[in-house]
Amino acid sequence: MRRIVDRTFVAMTLAATLIILAMIAIIVGNVVIHGRDRLSWEFLTAAPEQGMMAGGIFPAIYGTVLLVLLMSIVAVPFGVLVAIYFAEYARAESRLYRWTRMAVNNLAGVPSIVFGLFGLGFFIQTIGHGIDQVLYPGYLVYGQPSVLWAAMTMAVLTLPVVIITVEETMRAVPQEYREASLALGATRLQTILRVILPQAWSGVMTGAILAISRGAGEVAPVLFTGAAYFLPQLPTRANEQFMHLGYHIYAMSTQSPDVEATKPILYSTVFVLLVLTFLLNLTAILIRNRMRRWTTR
Amino acid sequence: MDDQIKISVKSANFFYGSQQALHEVNISIRRCFVTALIGPSGCGKSTFLRALNRMNDLIPGTRLEGRVELDGQDVYSSSMDVIQLRRRVGMIFQRSNPFPMSIYENVAYGPRVNGLMKNRAELDVTVEKTLRSAALWDEVKDRLARSAMSLSGGQQQRLCIARALAVEPEVLLMDEPASALDPISTAKVEELIYELKRTYTIVIVTHNMQQAARVSDETGFFLNGRLVEFAETKKLFTAPAKRETEDYITGRFG
Repeated sequence: MRRIVDRTFVAMTLAATLIILAMIAIIVGNVVIHGRDRLSWEFLTAAPEQGMMAGGIFPAIYGTVLLVLLMSIVAVPFGVLVAIYFAEYARAESRLYRWTRMAVNNLAGVPSIVFGLFGLGFFIQTIGHGIDQVLYPGYLVYGQPSVLWAAMTMAVLTLPVVIITVEETMRAVPQEYREASLALGATRLQTILRVILPQAWSGVMTGAILAISRGAGEVAPVLFTGAAYFLPQLPTRANEQFMHLGYHIYAMSTQSPDVEATKPILYSTVFVLLVLTFLLNLTAILIRNRMRRWTTR
Repeated sequence: MDDQIKISVKSANFFYGSQQALHEVNISIRRCFVTALIGPSGCGKSTFLRALNRMNDLIPGTRLEGRVELDGQDVYSSSMDVIQLRRRVGMIFQRSNPFPMSIYENVAYGPRVNGLMKNRAELDVTVEKTLRSAALWDEVKDRLARSAMSLSGGQQQRLCIARALAVEPEVLLMDEPASALDPISTAKVEELIYELKRTYTIVIVTHNMQQAARVSDETGFFLNGRLVEFAETKKLFTAPAKRETEDYITGRFG
């Protein structure tokens, strides 16, 4: 009897695993089968035409990559600084630490649409308008949705991920290295920059990878902060709007005048989004592995 | 101020939170002597050692009462620059802990962070000199760019000694430096201590009484956070004044 229970349980775990695998296979397979016919060099390099029922998706690819890069430039250094504070300077019993810790943990659980509204209210209405009033009175320059504010909003969304991963790798660096460095007359900053951070690079890259995966896939935060339904030209300045793959998919699937005609394009776009996220991840993983080879014992 | 005395500790009491780890410790450590500290585990000898270069500051909630003087200067006064103190009072740890960098970079680390060297050539000279002082140069001179992690345990510990010497300290604190090493490496480290004492004041914590007897000039015996006896090594091991010391060195406990 016990053996039957045991075997049934093993079978259940196996079945659950296989179901997950099957679901991923169905999603990817479905996207590939329906999307591949429409895929072409032209599709990747041209702009949408005829109300998105023809043409390509280059502006959306460009916009997504731009957004993710800008976001990383903001989120990674900022996250690393907070992680350094948490892992190296903060005392566990201090009030500042407890409050910021709680804030970061809660930030990670906030629904992404709330970040979108926050971005609109804070970055665009408050900061953007503030800049306009001081520097460009009477004009709308920064007080409008743009790739800059979308990237900032996305950075706030991905910050907790960066902070937590970097902090964990910094904490994993053995205390004996800190002691060795300090015992040689190094300052805490020198110890962090020269001994701790070099050993925590893989964590920084992992944080960046997770942030990028999340940033490339989320739509809600850019909905009000910068993503455009359709743009004939690529953004060239930080205060211009941009097209976004995720938002483009949303727009095509809900607002197309001819659903049947849009379908192949829709599938191909989803396929491109998947590949793009995968490639961004792969790049970061390759960089991380290269760094690991330099720093491991 | 007695010129023979490098470090002087006066009625030191040390606390981890509310728990007292050292009680009224008084000791004078002589210049260019090897001073050994022995005693059973948890007797406070490592805590005492780490109080000398304020490494205990890293542990939250610790506190020292009393005075620790280096060349007559109060180590715990607010005017004492801890960074400078730690450069002057080097430390070798129980587990060898070279940085995951090249052999060269390990030795160069201290001079670099302290801004001691003006150029690469000067740094090269220091690296070679300290590796020679640590009796490691001949073994590593052809692979300075290799990772320090590729060295054996004994070599790693000597590298840590070289790394500590590179910042030109005055005192070397050694916390059971040979306890994780095989007998041959231990012998090399002990030989090295003997050489180094010409230039440096050395305080060594050890579990190994033969080692204390071999390398040190003076020995202190700690028990339950108190310095029970402090005397010339030969005297302490042949004619201890206190009953507890005798019990310990004859192996009746600990």
